[in-house]
Amino acid sequence: MPDAPGLELIAQGIEEGHEGTVIETSFEHGRASLVVNPEHILHALTWLRDTPEQGYRFLSSLHAADYLPATPRFAVHYELLSRERVERINVKALLENPAGADGEEESLPELDSCVELFPTAEYQEREAYDFFGIVFTGHPDLRRILMPEDYVGWPQRRDFPIGGEPVLFTHNEIEAPRWFE
Amino acid sequence: MADELLRDEADVTERGLDPRTEDPSSPLADQLQELSERELEGPGLEPEQEILTINMGPHHPATHGVLRLIVTLQGERVIDLKPVMGYLHTGIEKNCEDKSYWKVIPFVERMDYLSYFFQMEAFCGCVERLVGLEIPPRAKYLRVIHMELDRIMSHLVWLGTTALDLGAVSLLWYCFRERDTILDLFEMSSGQRMHTRYFQVGGVFEDIPVGFEAKLRDFCALMPDRVSQYEALLDRNEIFLQRTRDIGLIPRERLLELGVTGPLLRAAGEPWDLRKVDPYLCYGDFDFKIPVGTVGDGYDRYRVRLQEMRESVRIIEQALDGLPEGPWIADDRKYVLPPREELATSMEALIHHFKLVTEGFRVPPSELYYAVESPRGELGCFVLADGSSKPARVHFRDPSFVNLQCFRDMSVGGYIADFIQNLGMLDPIIGGVDR
Repeated sequence: MPDAPGLELIAQGIEEGHEGTVIETSFEHGRASLVVNPEHILHALTWLRDTPEQGYRFLSSLHAADYLPATPRFAVHYELLSRERVERINVKALLENPAGADGEEESLPELDSCVELFPTAEYQEREAYDFFGIVFTGHPDLRRILMPEDYVGWPQRRDFPIGGEPVLFTHNEIEAPRWFE
Repeated sequence: MADELLRDEADVTERGLDPRTEDPSSPLADQLQELSERELEGPGLEPEQEILTINMGPHHPATHGVLRLIVTLQGERVIDLKPVMGYLHTGIEKNCEDKSYWKVIPFVERMDYLSYFFQMEAFCGCVERLVGLEIPPRAKYLRVIHMELDRIMSHLVWLGTTALDLGAVSLLWYCFRERDTILDLFEMSSGQRMHTRYFQVGGVFEDIPVGFEAKLRDFCALMPDRVSQYEALLDRNEIFLQRTRDIGLIPRERLLELGVTGPLLRAAGEPWDLRKVDPYLCYGDFDFKIPVGTVGDGYDRYRVRLQEMRESVRIIEQALDGLPEGPWIADDRKYVLPPREELATSMEALIHHFKLVTEGFRVPPSELYYAVESPRGELGCFVLADGSSKPARVHFRDPSFVNLQCFRDMSVGGYIADFIQNLGMLDPIIGGVDR
């Protein structure tokens, strides 16, 4: 892991020429974390990947989280790894939930896709879309991956209830709502 | 008599309507004949050049679970391949958000049903780091022993089923014989053969019983010979060699781009193993090697896994030799259940017991990603704590899920029989892919 001063240096390096990219840095439990402006996420990731002395070329995990009731509500985490120095750094893009316009179709948070930079993100971005409804613009094939294709709703959001879907047995298949859909 | 007449009449009318049975000399019939012949030939394609899209699975014995594959074939060659998953999705991550931390442990074990100890370690290790709990050395050693046994067990199941796909049926029985010994050992130490819930936040559930060490030493003495026997069965098997050599090659750079880890990456010649580069628990105490392959074909993947079994046996032997005395679980009553006998005499112990069992412990708001080396690669666990006694988000970076992305690269251009071999050597566990 880069230590706390090292993290500040990284933040300065990313900021160079792109002011307003790094919003916050934090260092806890031995884990360095950068909160990045979602509009410049690709710049931050490219910088971390391509700067020779950084070399965070391996994206070990991409996952989303719902911080309800905090705002911004969603976060997409990028766990980057430098295999030469065995250092991990976490990059986090916080996303607002744009829903609110009444009567209209639900709008979804958007973020640039990093599949071009890290091809490994393809399935993981699809997973984040599937469970949180985060749209990755520029993703080659953004479909649901684990839930059925015709599923409605974003099941891993904190306001999506557990057990919201009735379990169908023969005794309740008529009564259960939407059983025929 | 009347019936026959009627039938004749019907025949006549049918013949009149059906152009195929019309008089062959009529111009319409000629035209139709020409058309159907052209259809048969196709637009200038030989039959083996035609493109055929078929569905394979979800219930196909060679897919090792409910993996569905949409395969586009040209003759017998695969030209495109799309895995479709989710048939085993059980919403474990969502359910974990509704369970207190210690109740999550048995849940996450059930994702990848062959590497349950690794999932437990990823989750428990993550929570221990979040609350700042140091686990005693004996617990670390016991965890290492069980994880390495689990690694051997997982590789044995892989070897048996993959060899079965390639036509070597007898190997399955030999592999499952050894696997049963390992499951017996798990039963001795934890009471369960699979999904043991042996690891706790703070250490392990119980010390190993009398007789466990002797039985484990017997197993360690036997296992290298058994691995040699498997090798003897497969290494000079001409069918096995022809089906695995130079099949499913992917360059190392492409594997790294796709985020592939574990034996697949090591078979391509990249000595990347989290146990070595980032020695969590007490892996730094042991002397072991990382087997690597040379070209990264199916044969290398097989050799790497077999050698890994031998190295795991070496780790277990060293861990047994150096097994420290002392407690097997941390002494922090805020996170660890007090021992049963204390409940009869100590009021505090009773209060702690009550608090831990009813509400569970609370974790201060924070988040962490912690990764271990599972039999299939980097198994990472992300836990987001919101200050309550339940995690706000548990996410597993499952190696099977990420490694599956390289399946297309492996198989496109090869024969359909090779892609069965590739899938076997990829070793995805669909329980882990779908979670």
